[in-house]
Amino acid sequence: MATFVDRYPEEASVVKATLVVSFLSLGIGALFGLVQALHRTGYLRFLDSVDYYTILTGHGVLLALVFTIFFLMGLFTWAVVQSLERPLPDIRLSWAWVGLTTTGATFAAVAILAGLIPSIDMSADVLYTFYAPLMAHPLFYVGLAMFIVGTWLAGADWFLAYREWRAENPDERIPLQTFMVLTTMLMWYLATLGVAVSTVFFLIPWSFGWVETVNPLLTRTLFWFFGHPVVYFWLMPAYLMWYTVLPKLAGGRLFSDPLARVVFVLFLLLSTPVGIHHQYLDPGIAEGFKFIAMTNTMFLLLPSLLTAFTVVASMEHGARQRGGEGYVSWLGSLPWRDPAFTGMALAGVMFAAGGFSGMINAGMNINYLIHNTLWVPGHFHLTVGTAVALTMMAGSYWLVPQLTGKRLYSRPIGLLQVVVWFVGMVLMSNAMHRGGLAGIPRRTAEPQYQNFDFSMALGTVGEIRAGIAIGGTLLFVSVVLFLVNILLSAFEEPIENPVDDSLPEPLSGASGSPVVLDNLRLWTAIAVVLVILAYTLPLAGIVGDAGLLGDVPGVPVWVSANAEATLDLLTEVIA
Amino acid sequence: MEIHAYEKFWLAAALLLIVGFIATVSYGAVGAGVEMIADDGGTVDPQALDEHPKFSDPGVYESGPNEYDVYVVAQQFAFRPGTAEPIRVPADSTVTFHVTSADVIHGFEVVGTNGNTMAIPGQVATFTVEVGGPKEYGLLCNEYCGSAHHAMEGSMEVVPKDEFNATGGA
Repeated sequence: MATFVDRYPEEASVVKATLVVSFLSLGIGALFGLVQALHRTGYLRFLDSVDYYTILTGHGVLLALVFTIFFLMGLFTWAVVQSLERPLPDIRLSWAWVGLTTTGATFAAVAILAGLIPSIDMSADVLYTFYAPLMAHPLFYVGLAMFIVGTWLAGADWFLAYREWRAENPDERIPLQTFMVLTTMLMWYLATLGVAVSTVFFLIPWSFGWVETVNPLLTRTLFWFFGHPVVYFWLMPAYLMWYTVLPKLAGGRLFSDPLARVVFVLFLLLSTPVGIHHQYLDPGIAEGFKFIAMTNTMFLLLPSLLTAFTVVASMEHGARQRGGEGYVSWLGSLPWRDPAFTGMALAGVMFAAGGFSGMINAGMNINYLIHNTLWVPGHFHLTVGTAVALTMMAGSYWLVPQLTGKRLYSRPIGLLQVVVWFVGMVLMSNAMHRGGLAGIPRRTAEPQYQNFDFSMALGTVGEIRAGIAIGGTLLFVSVVLFLVNILLSAFEEPIENPVDDSLPEPLSGASGSPVVLDNLRLWTAIAVVLVILAYTLPLAGIVGDAGLLGDVPGVPVWVSANAEATLDLLTEVIA
Repeated sequence: MEIHAYEKFWLAAALLLIVGFIATVSYGAVGAGVEMIADDGGTVDPQALDEHPKFSDPGVYESGPNEYDVYVVAQQFAFRPGTAEPIRVPADSTVTFHVTSADVIHGFEVVGTNGNTMAIPGQVATFTVEVGGPKEYGLLCNEYCGSAHHAMEGSMEVVPKDEFNATGGA
């Protein structure tokens, strides 16, 4: 029995297909990131600032949705197949969801990129959050809806595989990786209801002109109903690798299987009833509902703090298996020359920092100071931009050989790549956090204003710009190194065992944990009740204010001539 | 279920941290009186702002002894008042902002302070600040609102009491 591709060739093809889409969008999205970093810091501007928002939308959608979720779909397929030790029930279903998600993502990407070509009357410069009443071209919303339905089918594929396995193994515990996939997908089904309702019932009919108005607070609230849990949808594949792959790479075994299950159940329960914490500064939502969302958010720290313990404990165990000793010096015994290990370990370090800045965001009162400032992208470039993205890239160095039967082209280049990412992100996110404290806004092409300056507590705005520009450039270099390394690996000769793909048993196995942990129906029911408690009253209030369809007409973003005329008028008024 | 000793300790510390965070925010709201943006600003018809008693003529209104209401309309790509002319409020007074939007979602940020809210069409955001001595502040829109979003800025001037004339509008 050689590696994954030899045992499950058809499933390996599915995973490879999703990873190709994932890495392609990583490349384009990273290029857009570089353009942004240089533009908003003023180092290199070759675009109109008006077009900056096309690049920003592309960066957000391609990286946060396409890169991460296509990687997730590949990783979860691999995890289900290899942990249940059986092929998928019907490979046609698998190709159907690959096709649907890819078509949807392509539609959205075309709608966004058309914004760069003035002769095409199409644009989706509505940023990743697509807040109505700014209106994108209908193709954007249609593509988004297709993409989401595709992810639902992918989940169905994994649940069907689980059902077949369960029929043959009625009394066994769900294998840990499959347990992680299923709980994550249950959370996803619940969370995507918000964005699906918003897109299908409100935004698509509105963008086609079938209904004239929209309720901006309603669609915004439905977005964040999905928009915070999606954060955990990005994070769960990283957690899956930290729990099941990283301990092995470190030379040891997972510390505790039961606690890993508890962590994933907590994410299922608490991920969705927190979205209103993105709306602390929204009028139209009572303070009490915001307080409930904050309380849930704070308790959501628990599974991540537990994960920090388990991951570090598992690494320490691995280091001691390799001869490490002492309170701290065992760190030196870890396999730091292995890019897969080092990348994931550095991602974990950055996640700790991102967790702390997230606690600031979550605090209702201190949130005032940093809301919508550069602090926020500083925060999520540590979480999704490093904890998730770096773990996915590092994990690829271990995963891709199993899918191709070929060794990695260069481990030293891989090691350089993950270190460059780490350094680049330290520079950029540090600068962003500090800029945010000075009040520099996010999501703007030109954060230098005519009539005032930002006052820094420490350092200068010039230094912050330099940090963002240099950091962003290093991050782009890192992505190029990653893609070149993976691409060159495709030209290697197939070998018998391209990578050690065995996964050891945890130190504390599943048998010691209560059977109720595997009761997915129970956890889903509790999760639904929590969501109903957190959202019924605020949604009723919002709909009560302006009705389901609202009273605000759309403002299409592709009529940019209009915007420029307004700007000219404005400039005259001021002058 | 086996939970290791250090793991139990860690779990307890994590829960303590979480409860502590919630306690500090609760104290901030109840003890220190940090008010949140809530739903008490009410709603408004975004397509009929010109018929509204105050938003039709946005600006600074005296509402009591040493108390002022500031009505601000955000729209692509200016604040009224704020952009074409500064928002002027007297020093050492209590100022309540009422912010709404005439078109898309905007942000309203008084740079470097806690003065920060979303401006959502149809909704009125209100928040009250105790204004100190004379100073100039920058205002900016911190939510993407269209292709010239980066040009949407303004200013607020806290002026000495004797230089202040309630405009009643912009």
